[in-house]
Amino acid sequence: MTTSSSERGVSLGMPELPAPAYPDDVRARLEADAREVIARYPDSRSALLPLLHLVQSEEGHVTRTGMRFCAEMLDLTTAEVTAVATFYTMYRRRPSGDYQVGVCTNTLCAVMGGDAIFEELQEHLGVGNGQTTDDGKVTLEHIECNAACDFAPVVMVNWEFFDNQTPESAKRMVDDLRSGRPVAPTRGAPLCTFKETARILAGFPDTREGAVEATGSAGPASLIGLKLAKGEAAPARVVHPRGEAPRGAPPHEPSPTEHLSSHDAPQDTSASDRSHPSGPVAEEGE
Amino acid sequence: MTLAAELKDMSPQKLLAPVLSAFWDEDASWTLDVYRRHEGYEGLRKALAMSPDDVIAYVKESGLRGRGGAGFPTGMKWQFIPQGDGKPHYLVVNADESEPGTCKDIPLLFANPHSLIEGIVIACYAIRSSHAFIYLRGEVVPVLRRLHEAVREAYAAGLLGENILGSGLDLELTVHAGAGAYICGEETALLDSLEGRRGQPRLRPPFPAVAGLYACPTVVNNVESIASVPAIMNRGKEWFRSMGSEKSPGFTLYSLSGHVASPGQYEAPLGITLRQLLEMSGGMRPGHRLKFWTPGGSSTPMFTDEHLDVPLDYEGVGAAGSMLGTKALQCFDETTCVVRAVTRWTEFYAHESCGKCTPCREGTYWLVQLMRDIEAGKGRMADLDKLNDIADNINGKSFCALGDGAASPIFSSLTYFREEYEQHITGRGCPFDPARSTAWADHRTEVNA
Repeated sequence: MTTSSSERGVSLGMPELPAPAYPDDVRARLEADAREVIARYPDSRSALLPLLHLVQSEEGHVTRTGMRFCAEMLDLTTAEVTAVATFYTMYRRRPSGDYQVGVCTNTLCAVMGGDAIFEELQEHLGVGNGQTTDDGKVTLEHIECNAACDFAPVVMVNWEFFDNQTPESAKRMVDDLRSGRPVAPTRGAPLCTFKETARILAGFPDTREGAVEATGSAGPASLIGLKLAKGEAAPARVVHPRGEAPRGAPPHEPSPTEHLSSHDAPQDTSASDRSHPSGPVAEEGE
Repeated sequence: MTLAAELKDMSPQKLLAPVLSAFWDEDASWTLDVYRRHEGYEGLRKALAMSPDDVIAYVKESGLRGRGGAGFPTGMKWQFIPQGDGKPHYLVVNADESEPGTCKDIPLLFANPHSLIEGIVIACYAIRSSHAFIYLRGEVVPVLRRLHEAVREAYAAGLLGENILGSGLDLELTVHAGAGAYICGEETALLDSLEGRRGQPRLRPPFPAVAGLYACPTVVNNVESIASVPAIMNRGKEWFRSMGSEKSPGFTLYSLSGHVASPGQYEAPLGITLRQLLEMSGGMRPGHRLKFWTPGGSSTPMFTDEHLDVPLDYEGVGAAGSMLGTKALQCFDETTCVVRAVTRWTEFYAHESCGKCTPCREGTYWLVQLMRDIEAGKGRMADLDKLNDIADNINGKSFCALGDGAASPIFSSLTYFREEYEQHITGRGCPFDPARSTAWADHRTEVNA
């Protein structure tokens, strides 16, 4: 419907004409939503970030039409709205996929495997950072720390948590997304599209049945200290939440009720591998 | 003391103190019903029976200090709000948790959002505010869902809205989702963002207590700080002060992450050590040892295995040359290249620098260029001094603490690991294999053996 100047390249001639308005029915619907958002704040301008989420929920990215709408609703200039929209990374400035797959590559996740996941996903999907697959399903990005370091490495899809990922689990997940199979996060609600997610961000609660309670009260890592304090066994670390473990891993995850001292038992690492005596234990001090 | 008694003293049951996390393992822990079963909103009843000034004094006497990083006394922040000035007052909760390594507020809000809402009502009663905001980072939709639901429940139960619990207190609470900007965790940038502008820090003074949101007196508090208030009101300041130390009393959430056997949340009295946390939780991952760690996120100078016994409270960590910060204990083992880690953090700061002030905007850019060169084996020895020099020109000379945070990993890694930087330069490359650092490295090693 609209095209931003960045898609057309830099034009050096006439100043750009004002963006076209939304069709009347779309405008009427968005205006009702916008008034509800504006009413939440003592000063209307505070509604700008939610309204940008709202127009993003309409078109999947923030268009010039969307920015014009925000400006009109809040009595701002489009320049003022553009200045804000371009400052924040969650506002997309070009059309993107239904599912935004963000791999955390900040230090801790990167070191724990985020870099490897991001590399393998780029290769697997044939797209680079910020690019979308041909079918319009998946936009791949690397993201910054998302406050889930105890679940590293973390992948976010439409801002739902996919914890303790591996390259294999991440590749399976994007394959499922592209083939339309239902995909559920480890923490969060069953995935909705990027546009539907943007509407929640604009401040409209998710009304889907079961969305709020999905995946339970807390992730396993969040409960580790509590279980220790209560004298219960800490849950064993859940490394492969989606489907089977990678090659070579033991066929069963240790039981969650395993005793705390289980870390003293022979471990499935090269350190306990008799055919490979000089494992990490010997190497580390050298 | 007998050996058995000593051992008991060191047990997790003794060392940990779950308060905010006490019932996260129950079904539907985020609901009002479950919260009420755990004495939820009892602290509010007690607060409403006191005068607002007495509530401020009580929180001040409890010794509660800000859990967002700086450790400023919470009650004192509330006391700074001028009363009888005829202006609206605002409470803004900073739920923008974005500091690398920090992951406490997000699980807290996911599992127990009512502790925050109860704390907000108490705080607003104390500072005479009738409108509060939760500024939640946008990238955590599961938490946003639960906040929407918890606020709805609280309104329906008369815990928000008009005449709360018959006290005459009116309070509106607005949940506001951000849009992806680390800088908005800085309190004045957060206020600009909440006003619908680019999130850029403001010059202080005036401080938010005098001219904050819409130029009105405003308290900005971290999620965990406010969520800790109900328990203090309900169980008493003496109970709170019985934990931790004189200057750092109370309980807090420690977030253990990285190459440890059991990453997760550990709620304990202030002053516990990393050694104690590691010993109770299975230590580092099997066959590896601790190399470096952050006490409170990437902006706090890193520590090494020499600092395992530093008491993790405001004074203890400060005396050892770092900051308690957000208690984000990111632990890295000997497979991790410190140059790689610092390069990535530096790239983060350059990306998140808001551009308002020159030292941070330009300095972080040049730090990234130098760090990338060094990591790739293209650095020169003189670059190490240049790194220090640039970091020195950012530290303390920037508009806000983001600049200081960017300098911290540079200074501290050069202090403890200068040799490793030199190895990258003399060896013309990184001596580490990143594959060995991954969560699945030891499984793969076996497969390939």
